[in-house]
Amino acid sequence: MDQPAQRRRRYAAVAATDRAFLVAVYAAVGLFVLLVALLFASLVHGSWPSLREFGFRFLWTSQWNPVTNQFGALPLIFGTLVSSFIAILLAGVVGVLAAAFLAEFAPRWLARPLSFIIELLAAVPSVVFGLWGLFVLAPAVRTSIGPFLQKTLGFLPIFGGPIYGVGLLTAGLVLALMILPTVTAISREVISAIARDQREAAMALGATKWETVAGVVLPAARVGIFGAIVLALGRALGETIATTMVIGNRPEIAASLFAPSYTLASVIANEFTEANGKIYVSALVELGLLLFLVSFVVNGFARILLYTALRRG
Amino acid sequence: MVTGRALGTFGSIAANADLARRAPEIEVAPKLRVEKLDVHYGAFQAIKSASLDVPENRVTALIGPSGCGKSTFIRALNRMHDVTPGARVRGRVMLDGEDIYAPGVDPVSIRHRIGMVFQRPNPFPKAIYDNVVYGPRVHGMRDRAQLDAICERSLRRAALWNEVKNRLDRSALDLSGGQQQRLCIARCLAVDPEVLLMDEPASSLDPIATSKIEDLIAELKADFTVVIVTHSMQQAARISDFTAFFLSGSLIETGTTVSIFTQPKDKRTEDYITGRYG
Repeated sequence: MDQPAQRRRRYAAVAATDRAFLVAVYAAVGLFVLLVALLFASLVHGSWPSLREFGFRFLWTSQWNPVTNQFGALPLIFGTLVSSFIAILLAGVVGVLAAAFLAEFAPRWLARPLSFIIELLAAVPSVVFGLWGLFVLAPAVRTSIGPFLQKTLGFLPIFGGPIYGVGLLTAGLVLALMILPTVTAISREVISAIARDQREAAMALGATKWETVAGVVLPAARVGIFGAIVLALGRALGETIATTMVIGNRPEIAASLFAPSYTLASVIANEFTEANGKIYVSALVELGLLLFLVSFVVNGFARILLYTALRRG
Repeated sequence: MVTGRALGTFGSIAANADLARRAPEIEVAPKLRVEKLDVHYGAFQAIKSASLDVPENRVTALIGPSGCGKSTFIRALNRMHDVTPGARVRGRVMLDGEDIYAPGVDPVSIRHRIGMVFQRPNPFPKAIYDNVVYGPRVHGMRDRAQLDAICERSLRRAALWNEVKNRLDRSALDLSGGQQQRLCIARCLAVDPEVLLMDEPASSLDPIATSKIEDLIAELKADFTVVIVTHSMQQAARISDFTAFFLSGSLIETGTTVSIFTQPKDKRTEDYITGRYG
């Protein structure tokens, strides 16, 4: 057989494999998109009775009463937002400081094992955090942390009222611990990605290490750090089992952080087995739809921030 | 032209290459004197016992093929290796007769006196004004009028003032690469250093921006001692008074730029400048 013909045949075979591979790749990716779309569609379908019955009232009424079939998600939205906000506030500050230490100040022999431990913390199942929160943290809040806060800052309504142990504050603390690895690991990555030349520019101008980090590195990393925090927020909003174990599970809005509360995810987890009646089930599915949308938006926002931050660095 | 001037100063001696080589020590006091400098990265020795005098108010060029250690060498001159993990420096670097590596010397104060401009323009993602006054601010200056004056003076010295005076509050990242590099030079000048180290300052710039930087260097040596790393021999010939040739971590030959380029003593120098190495 002459050479060119042989070569042509080989090319044709390669081209066919290429096409087959391409189809497989598109199919795999398409499956994901399809799954997300289907999930969304079935959530909308499942929550349709509730959507029709309550409309937007669902979002801002405070009655969550399966007995009378009155469902308003406001206390659950409140509990979700406040517990996540406490978590973000604490984990944000501690996490960013830890990340700055790991990326900038710690010697390598220390930074490596520390980063490793922090990432391991992220692998601990959330039920373990919940267990610890319930048996260790909640009693501590009831007997020492709570009374201390009440004594020093009790004039603020958020630290008033009876202290049960379980409640918003305890949930926020447990969540903070759970999202701390996320904030720290991603912030560290973002800080490390700040180009070396930025650091060197500041050092060469006679800035000290601290001045370099505080004045140049952290400001340059702020978009990415914000992205890390938003990503962690997404985790906190959707966390289910640990929050359910320590938040007290009472659908009420109270000013005090010591008061029991309830979150979207906890309600679903607690009540899906006993939900009877079309409206009740459908209201739970609508909570799921809410969580889905919120997580989708929050995570998408965080990913976009992180993408721009890491690409620029 | 700069080389012309160097020729004028040393022209009569240049006939005798040996004398021309020693001329710098006779005629110009060294601002920096490097003695037996070793730099290690882990087990790798990047600089092997290099000694060099850097004369005051002159431009000294460090040339050599890629990886020969010239960047490593220049970074040792303001203790930038202090922050490189695994880097160790031995030997002495005397600034006006005092060793910058002596115990008790604060590297931050050294970098205040010996500024550095890097290969890639690295302005901070801040306003042009905030870039220029970063150094003075870090050193505690808060007075707005004083900072304004420093900003204008530094930008004028860096030949950038006329291009940016109406947009000092705009981001430095909006400038072109050549303008960014001159901004970095202005930022460096704002802390009033005595020595200016430049690590291939024009290597990422187009020819027009490069020639602006070169003109600028020629002007700056009136007030500063300049050390420049360059991989362009033409550039070294155009702008420097003295040249040091590095090869594989060793300082092979130093002398006036004229003598290095016309009568190299060492065979390896000759091979390099005639283009037989990288």
